[in-house]
Amino acid sequence: MIKVKVNGEERSWDGDPSLPLLWFLRDELGLVGTKFGCGQALCGACTVHVAGTAARSCITAVSDVDGQEVVTIEGLHPQGDHPVQKAWRELNVPQCGFCQAGQIMQAASLLAETKNPSDDEIRGGMAGNICRCGCYQRIEAAVRVAATGT
Amino acid sequence: MTYFQDLSRQAPEGPSFGPVENVSRRGLLKGVTAAGGLVLAASVLPRRAMAAYVTGAGDMPHGVVTDPRVFVSIAPDGIVTIVAHRSEMGTGVRTGLPMIVADEMGADWARVRIVQAPGDEAKYGNQDTDGSRSTRHYLIPMREVGASARTMLETAAAQRWKVPVSEVRAGVHEVVHDGSGRRLGFGELAADAAVLKVPAAETLRLKDPKDFRYIGKGTVSITDLHDITTGRAGYGADVRLPGMKYVVIARPPVVGGKLVSFDDAEAKQVPGVERVMEVRGWPWPSKFQPLGGVAVIARNTGAAIKGRNALKVVWDDGANAKYDSVAYRKELEAAVRAPGLVVRNDGDAEAALKGASTVVVGEYYLPHIAHASMEPPVATALWTDGKIEVWAPVQSPGGTREDLAKTLEISADNVTVSPTLLGGGFGRKSKCDFALEAALLARELKAPVRVQWTREDDLHHDFLHTVSAERIEAGLDKSGKVVAWRHRSAAPSIGSTFAAGATHQIPIELGMGLIDLPFAIANVRCENPEAAAHTRIGWFRSVSNIPRAFAVQSMVAEIAHATGRDPKEVLLELIGPARIVPFSASVEKPWNYGEPVDSYPIDTGRLRGVVELAAEKAGWGRKLPEGHGLGIAVHRSFVSYIATVVEVAVDKKGVVTIPRVDTAVDCGTFVNPERIYSQMEGAAIMGLSIAKLGEVSFKDGRVRQSNYDDYPVVRIDEAPRVTNTYIVPAAAGTPPSGVGEPGVPPFAPALCNAIFAATGKRIRNLPIRDQLAV
Repeated sequence: MIKVKVNGEERSWDGDPSLPLLWFLRDELGLVGTKFGCGQALCGACTVHVAGTAARSCITAVSDVDGQEVVTIEGLHPQGDHPVQKAWRELNVPQCGFCQAGQIMQAASLLAETKNPSDDEIRGGMAGNICRCGCYQRIEAAVRVAATGT
Repeated sequence: MTYFQDLSRQAPEGPSFGPVENVSRRGLLKGVTAAGGLVLAASVLPRRAMAAYVTGAGDMPHGVVTDPRVFVSIAPDGIVTIVAHRSEMGTGVRTGLPMIVADEMGADWARVRIVQAPGDEAKYGNQDTDGSRSTRHYLIPMREVGASARTMLETAAAQRWKVPVSEVRAGVHEVVHDGSGRRLGFGELAADAAVLKVPAAETLRLKDPKDFRYIGKGTVSITDLHDITTGRAGYGADVRLPGMKYVVIARPPVVGGKLVSFDDAEAKQVPGVERVMEVRGWPWPSKFQPLGGVAVIARNTGAAIKGRNALKVVWDDGANAKYDSVAYRKELEAAVRAPGLVVRNDGDAEAALKGASTVVVGEYYLPHIAHASMEPPVATALWTDGKIEVWAPVQSPGGTREDLAKTLEISADNVTVSPTLLGGGFGRKSKCDFALEAALLARELKAPVRVQWTREDDLHHDFLHTVSAERIEAGLDKSGKVVAWRHRSAAPSIGSTFAAGATHQIPIELGMGLIDLPFAIANVRCENPEAAAHTRIGWFRSVSNIPRAFAVQSMVAEIAHATGRDPKEVLLELIGPARIVPFSASVEKPWNYGEPVDSYPIDTGRLRGVVELAAEKAGWGRKLPEGHGLGIAVHRSFVSYIATVVEVAVDKKGVVTIPRVDTAVDCGTFVNPERIYSQMEGAAIMGLSIAKLGEVSFKDGRVRQSNYDDYPVVRIDEAPRVTNTYIVPAAAGTPPSGVGEPGVPPFAPALCNAIFAATGKRIRNLPIRDQLAV
């Protein structure tokens, strides 16, 4: 039996241990805020935090997170007011919005590691997350706002 | 789908606009209805001429509905609920159209709720969210809806106070009697207003635009913003039903192929896999019908994918088994070097080319591209007692409903289509094959079903953007003036998805940048050589404008180079003086994006205007660092005018970066400038993906790319550093025009013109990829 804490709640899984965490979250737990975009860690739509760091849940097996803490977009902040979430709203970042949970989780992880990233650090840190609508200009600006307030 | 209404949608039988009694509002508004709000039986009315201009909205399947009782309900507590009847795929339409209603009726946006309409065009009018049409077709109808609701509320208040209606007026979310200072909130008036007659359209008063609170301001954020940032927004795969089965399907790898046999022994051993079964496919072409194949049904998507990986399937590849992009490119290039079907012929271009002192020739090639929206196709279906309900990210909820009814051979009354948010669309999700798959399986399994496409499925089975060869010959006289223009364009047509053997472009494709060339050239000849399709061709954001704008706007810069002149000056000279350019009389079926030319003429004054504006803002002619270059391109599409200037930097290894993009947009009267900016920023990114990276190619009939590793799209680290957008203020009464698509076409030629300016290397084949590598 695999045990994992998801958004602070104990969860268990006795099915296929190789099941990607993405599908455990979405289909078994009903936490559908985490999105499926590629299944190969190429787009970042499925980004969650494992032990506080961004991870691609589509290539992370449930067994890989046994005993660990996973945070999804639903658990990032109780009221949805993480500085990254607020900055995203302030700058009207999303278009279709599908990739944004992954973008936000990636940005939150980036800022947890690098308090005040340079433009190049933002672009480098966010380069694993694709936005097909092309919100990049605002994503970059919003990460900066989340970091510095401006 | 309605670029192609003549192909894909039957006109409604009988009277188009007869009354429809009390179409059930379904669950969404029940609470409001029960509370006695303004929700009544609906009648469907034709489009009335309220504005100084006429659009093509009335010619769309099921036309336009402007009955306020269809779109607006008001609860006693004052909450105004407005129906969004078009699909949200990132353009902001789900916010923009209700915002128009709210502004016109005087509703306070903070007290407005938006609900999404199910697919029901008899009730809501046309719902096809494509063709960059929603705002241009619905600005006036949505204002009529709002004005009617406001009038009914004012009338209710006047009756309550026993004063003439002329003495009352709607303020913000209330009606006021200035004489006595009495006021009543919309909620207090809702029940009385609900029983009033809908005012005749001719009697409606529209607000003076100077009194708008939301329209044109750009102060309203999209309604789903908070939900998107907290993971609560509902997309296609986010609907969960009790007992739902998770399905992936192995489909024939070659279009026109079919299943021969399969071995599911190993697949069934995968933990969580419950069943494997054949699913029905339709022969090609069959519009949007499913390809068929083998379905793996499991307790979660991960198990279904793993089960599919373990399947052993034998396919019969059929007639397209030899489709090979290398060989096909040679066919297309040969086709444009020989005469083809003449689709426009002004003057005598043949003779003028022969007599020209110089002929500049450009051949351009653009490969297939895939939509690759972040959300792959997905649908959820529930079959109950002969009725189907489908939740899916579809651009065409009404068309999807019709296709479901036909496919399942049931009445449309027994079909419910609830559009979710779309995780991107770009034209792919106008084709509802994935929804049909889910519905067929739900009926077969007698269980709720989710069919999930993987990214590999998405790339392997897309309705691809066409592949094209464009050849332009420009004949110049001794002074360098262009006196002849022959443009041959060969590409498999979207028509081939609807009818076997279609080898010529259909009018809407010809009208996207070929026969509508607005240049002041006496002798113009456009030809369309034959091109057979060997895969499913569909429409991709801005469609045929992509190759045509690339060819035409590259050629302009090539002429400038050949004559030693400034590309912007040559561009303006070719456009000629400000004037209205009629469609050539030689064109059999001119296409003006479905719009009447009286309201939406080809106006070279506006074309020149955006060129001048973009050039001025970009600092055209400014001194640039070494390795940098500026390029310009302009294109009219979706009846909007957009010019783009790209500044490029090419380093010594040939790596391209883009410090800056300046785009000028003339889209007439506009509703939400904030979303116009976001569309232009996104169009530059998508344009860059097309120019630099995008290519789907075939070998042995199969798509060679599978995921974002071999079908790369632009990421943040290679995106333009900044895209500046300038919106041309609309002259009073200028009709609104498209925004979602027309930003895309000018980008690639502007970029390649900039690369030429920076390096002297002319890119004629897309994508650029490593063509500049040193």
